[in-house]
Amino acid sequence: MSTTIIRNGRVIDPANKRDEIADLYIADRKIAGSKSGAREKFTRRGGKSDVEEIDAKGLIVAPGLIDMHVHLREPGFSHKETIESGARAAAAGGFTTIVCMPNTSPAADDPSTIAWIKDRAAQVACVNVLPAGAISKGLAGEELAPIGSLAKAGVVAITDDGHCIQNHEVMRRAVEYARMVDLPVLDHCQDYNLVGNGVVHEGYWSTLLGSPGWPAAGEEAIVMRNILLAELCDHPIHCQHLTTAGSVRLLREARRRGVKISGEVCPHHIALTDEAIQNFDTNYKMNPPLRSQTDVDALLEGIADGTLAILCSDHAPHAEFEKEVEFDVAPFGIIGLETELGLFIDRLVHKHAKIDIVRLIEMCTIEPARLLKLDAGTLSPGVRGDVTLIDPALKWTVSVDQFQSVSRNSPFNGWKLKGRAVRTIVAGKTVWKL
Amino acid sequence: MKQAKQKRSGAAVPIMDAEAIRGALRRIAHEIVERNPELIHVVLAGIPSRGVEIAQRVAAFIHEIEKVNVETGVIDVAMHRDDVGTRSELPIVRESKLPLPLEERTVIVVDDVLYTGRTVRAAMDAINSFGRPARIQLAVLIDRGHRELPIRPDYVGKNLPTSGSEKVRVQLEQTDRGPDEVRLEKQ
Amino acid sequence: MTTRWTRKDLLGLRELSADEINFILETADAFKQVGTREIKKVPSLRGKTLVNFFVEPSTRTRTSFELAALRLSADVINISATTSSLTKGETLKDTARNLEALHADILVLRHGSAGAPQFLANRLKASVINAGDGAHEHPTQALLDLYTIREKRGQIAGLRVAIIGDILFSRVARSNIFGLLKLGARVTLVGPSTLVPREFEKLGVEVSYKIDEVLPKADVVNLLRIQHERQRREYFPGISEYIRFFGLTKERAKLLKADCLIMHPGPINRGVEIDSEVADGLHSVILDQVTNGLAVRMAILYLCGGIST
Repeated sequence: MSTTIIRNGRVIDPANKRDEIADLYIADRKIAGSKSGAREKFTRRGGKSDVEEIDAKGLIVAPGLIDMHVHLREPGFSHKETIESGARAAAAGGFTTIVCMPNTSPAADDPSTIAWIKDRAAQVACVNVLPAGAISKGLAGEELAPIGSLAKAGVVAITDDGHCIQNHEVMRRAVEYARMVDLPVLDHCQDYNLVGNGVVHEGYWSTLLGSPGWPAAGEEAIVMRNILLAELCDHPIHCQHLTTAGSVRLLREARRRGVKISGEVCPHHIALTDEAIQNFDTNYKMNPPLRSQTDVDALLEGIADGTLAILCSDHAPHAEFEKEVEFDVAPFGIIGLETELGLFIDRLVHKHAKIDIVRLIEMCTIEPARLLKLDAGTLSPGVRGDVTLIDPALKWTVSVDQFQSVSRNSPFNGWKLKGRAVRTIVAGKTVWKL
Repeated sequence: MKQAKQKRSGAAVPIMDAEAIRGALRRIAHEIVERNPELIHVVLAGIPSRGVEIAQRVAAFIHEIEKVNVETGVIDVAMHRDDVGTRSELPIVRESKLPLPLEERTVIVVDDVLYTGRTVRAAMDAINSFGRPARIQLAVLIDRGHRELPIRPDYVGKNLPTSGSEKVRVQLEQTDRGPDEVRLEKQ
Repeated sequence: MTTRWTRKDLLGLRELSADEINFILETADAFKQVGTREIKKVPSLRGKTLVNFFVEPSTRTRTSFELAALRLSADVINISATTSSLTKGETLKDTARNLEALHADILVLRHGSAGAPQFLANRLKASVINAGDGAHEHPTQALLDLYTIREKRGQIAGLRVAIIGDILFSRVARSNIFGLLKLGARVTLVGPSTLVPREFEKLGVEVSYKIDEVLPKADVVNLLRIQHERQRREYFPGISEYIRFFGLTKERAKLLKADCLIMHPGPINRGVEIDSEVADGLHSVILDQVTNGLAVRMAILYLCGGIST
């Protein structure tokens, strides 16, 4: 039985309301009881006794972080990323659990594809990979996917991410059905008619450059739809990668009334604005797009007051030759797992001081765990030994060439950030360290 | 663009003052009148920038002498240079003006300094695109030698032997807004 | 004397200074004169290869660039989207790289995607000239428009210029806005509100939906071609309604000041954005624009193509 002792770190475990300097023990792949203050000799029972001691002085010891919005691209697009490489990228970013999106090829709209993903992850992934299933067949937005069977196959949520069901009636039935099997519904909020062939935020910069605009109303219209349906069906709907001031306002008002609606934010939507697109660099092209400073300010407020409770990356790898094309034609998306935590700590905690590190950790642990009903995101005794060690003061420079991800489509190369995961432990085993 | 430091004064030798320049241009005017009995066919075509002022001043002298208004023009050579694309800086192009047709004309190319001859070759190229004059002649204020092409002047203000490391500086009242003078600078 | 020009590419007017724009116009003066010579040819780009790469088709602009290049003694090749390997799935970058391997010195690109010329300019040693990229910029058109105004009115500062039509999707409008504002003109945009959103005011121009109020004050009227193809059906109801509200009919032309200039980038839709008689009338400088286009393009090719790399 192997044992890991993490000594002298600041243990932050929001689920158990802990924030104290203490030692943390992991035994037999699970969190064991931990003692604060005095050191105690831990009794070893039977068998081999290999004890790993990790000095966490000056570091934060947090439950393994969860990223519920990641594209692993397998099956079908392994030139962009694989389950194996994506998992390594997650580990390098400090994440021990990731939820992968279903817009693969074939789409994850069938139990056999889910089984393949889970199988593959069990063989090669160094972190926990939880699949999300599709809402509609082929993500086409017309017929329901076999949601019940997907639940049985082990998906943690359903989403058509990458696409959005336009027919509100179809979405309504999907939400009602998901309620039956108690699956959370996640939605990429995009009204295809309002958005058209928009590639950048509709505003000053799209007007100046003559690029087709993606208006904020295109996201807000669907957020509003989801609020109505969450109420109508009495079932949680989670709005993915929100970007606009209007979305935040709608969410705030609805949550105040007790509607089961939630939202998440990606780091690029608070670290960049639409001004960044003026050189037509495709590393700034993503869906939904970068927005104006007003929207960024509203997102920061939404994070500060708890309206937006979950953080994630929307890690979207693309091969270099796919992104090295004209802006209009390039695929949407950037990678994000390996810069996510650094950006969030640097911007939310240090630069804008909107939340403290404890709340940040909550937004990456108990918040997603609660939404998806996961047995993760805590350091309670008996749970799987997933731990992330964080140095909130570590200054580092992003170097894309050293990433674990197969792809390199990131706009953050060269950025100087303060705050980083320094060690990632899954089931007691260190899967990555700085 | 940084330039190498040059030794100031002491290294600049005056060659011609305003009086000398005036005298030279008047003499050139006389020579042109002598060699061209039908002044009405003559065009004094100056190469920008200083050639243009010299052409106008020579035309003024001819008017003094013969009471005839000789036509003047401008030949931009920048477009016709044979070294476009090989120099790190591009020469500025200007509008050319020549009275047409050129068929019976004597075009006298006018410039301040004749050196390698390449500028004059470009000027002849430019003239050819306007038409085919009866003859082309060349008038220069200074001939400093070192020809690289078989070109010779018809009218010279002053012959000035120089070495490759020296620079001939011409200053004219209108073009340079300073007193007329010619200086030789060692580098 | 040497140049104040240091750019190997011309991608748009937004990044040029007023100084640079004026320098181009002055250089164009010199090249306009070449068109009046008996031998309309100068050797400035002799031995250089220019490729007209028109992914989006155009006859007028392409012909203008071709003629400009020939007058500068360059060798010219014309490639269109259909004749190029783009149809076989080759990326734009690879197609351009292949052209560079053939020692193309200057690439004139017209493309449907905003930013395509910049994309190539960043990756190629050749000079890239933007002949129109999506709705973004069409710098040589705006430059010839500025040249024409300057030729007829002396200077641009202080003039009131009205640009009329489908502004939202117009690269000609954008380049003109950038150039005119830099040179000190006052710009008013006119057209249906769906095609001239108020957001444009943030660029420093006025927006009006009442053409009859704008025309009497204008020194220059620049008309854009209006089309009612499928993509625009949501933006305005039809040609006859457009004419009623925004067409430069001969009645409306009576509102113009005596010395007002009427311009149009072409090709003209007679009877739509402009009445046939007005297009041929006294105010119109549309044909001057074409002649000036040649001079301006010669200037650009000389400046960008003449720099040694």
